Amino acid sequence: MTEYLFILGQEIYKILFLLIPILVSVAMIVWLDRRVWGLVQKRKGPNVVGPFGLLQTIADALKYIFKEIIIPASANKTVFILAPIVTMTLALVAWAVIPMSEKLILSDINVGILYLFAVSSLGVYGIIMGGWASNSKYPFLGAIRSAAQMVSYEVSIGIIIINVLLCVGSLNLKDIVIAQKELWYVVPLFPMFIIFFISALAETNRPPFDLPEAEAELVAGYQTEYSGMMYAMFWLGEYANILLMCAMGSILFLGGWLPLIDIYPINLIPAPLWMILKILFLFLLFALVKAIVPRYRYDQLMRLGWKIFLPFSLVYLVLTASFLFYFDKLPTGNI
Amino acid sequence: MIAHSIFFYFFSVIAIFSSLMVITSRSTVNSVFFLILDFISVGCLFIMVGAEFLGMIILIVYVGAVAVLFLFVVMMLNVAEQKQSWFIGKKSTHIPTGLIVSVLIFLELLVVVGGWKYKDNLMTSSSLSLSNISNTHQLGLVMYTDYILYFQLAGVILLLSMIGAILLTFRKRPGLKRQDYFKQISRDPSSSIELKEVQSNKGVKIDD
Repeated sequence: MTEYLFILGQEIYKILFLLIPILVSVAMIVWLDRRVWGLVQKRKGPNVVGPFGLLQTIADALKYIFKEIIIPASANKTVFILAPIVTMTLALVAWAVIPMSEKLILSDINVGILYLFAVSSLGVYGIIMGGWASNSKYPFLGAIRSAAQMVSYEVSIGIIIINVLLCVGSLNLKDIVIAQKELWYVVPLFPMFIIFFISALAETNRPPFDLPEAEAELVAGYQTEYSGMMYAMFWLGEYANILLMCAMGSILFLGGWLPLIDIYPINLIPAPLWMILKILFLFLLFALVKAIVPRYRYDQLMRLGWKIFLPFSLVYLVLTASFLFYFDKLPTGNI
Repeated sequence: MIAHSIFFYFFSVIAIFSSLMVITSRSTVNSVFFLILDFISVGCLFIMVGAEFLGMIILIVYVGAVAVLFLFVVMMLNVAEQKQSWFIGKKSTHIPTGLIVSVLIFLELLVVVGGWKYKDNLMTSSSLSLSNISNTHQLGLVMYTDYILYFQLAGVILLLSMIGAILLTFRKRPGLKRQDYFKQISRDPSSSIELKEVQSNKGVKIDD
């Protein structure tokens, strides 16, 4: 019995050791996002609370905690409360399989990439539930938009993942990173990296694909009726999802924890730091895109997803497979 | 082992409870939510028996895509109307159909489980070699070799149903204005913008 308790305690310790840094980094990333956005527009961005305004997000979070939670009278209360909880849980649960280095990984499962894909495809539920349970026009329209958007971009993300898996021959995230020791997949699969990046923008409802919450048309989309802590949970979940997509991109294409080049002064930098640097790099791109690209129209978004990305990634998949087959480079794995 | 059975019973109880709630709950949307919970717990059970690939595929396909569409359809329906029609009515015409379907499923289950009892080496006699290679590898090894025909046939059936669904919903509506992207992009300012001198109190006549 004590053995079980000991294992349980150890696991809880590990989970906390993962979750707390993620929550803190989500707060920092929100600050970074706003800061980059400000700098691009020649503003200063948040710079008052704490050094360089670093504590701005924490101040915001405190404000949200102390605000009153208003539940609309006509809302479906259970689902209404459940929606932000689902969003945030799913965004955090996915981090269990992200390898920060060869040893630093919470659970090293065989089907890690499928798990990530499954959890990110479940993310749509938080939004649909929130939009429907609010029982009001704009949230529902926003929820429908975002569900259609996420479902359609998931398809091309799935095919991009298959592209990478063809080169690796394993669904394990650690194997995917180790397979890139010679060459990061961003080089041979560069078009896929671009499509992955754009699909990740659409999947996380980031500008220029933030149609679910397009202010001019839908007030704030599915978040319209939410207030206080529940809104903050949606918002935390959203940014945790963005970070997750960045982590996924750096694992699939940028070689995870591997150093840029494996020579003396550079490979002294510890592996988790490389991973964090790559995530930050991708996030910086996310933030820049938010600042410089205008919002897409809805039909353009759907056209881009179904008529351009899907056929292109399918053709690239066939090309990758034929290349690997012709040059006899298909990974045999551990058969 | 204790932990294993605790988790097994946990997921099974949730699965059975939520599948009961699917058919008994009054609101259709709640039914779909319970259906999703059911899918998730069944997926977890799959993972527990070591079929992690199947479990994940259930999560991705059923929960991530199919149930989303279910939810869409159900949310678009008028829930209040649904409550009145057949649930409260005295004579329900759905019960006989439901009974027939459930009896059929029960008989099928009997055949499957009975066959298992009759020939208990069914699991080991299959061509799967249960060595230490991963679940996904095993599936791939048999799916693309022994069962390639069935796999392809299933794909063709899915493709056919997809084409059928598109054909059923596709209709040409007259008078619909569509945007032509090439036309939009190839417009240039000189042909689309015209500067006119406007005299005060006279106005300007525009051609079209």
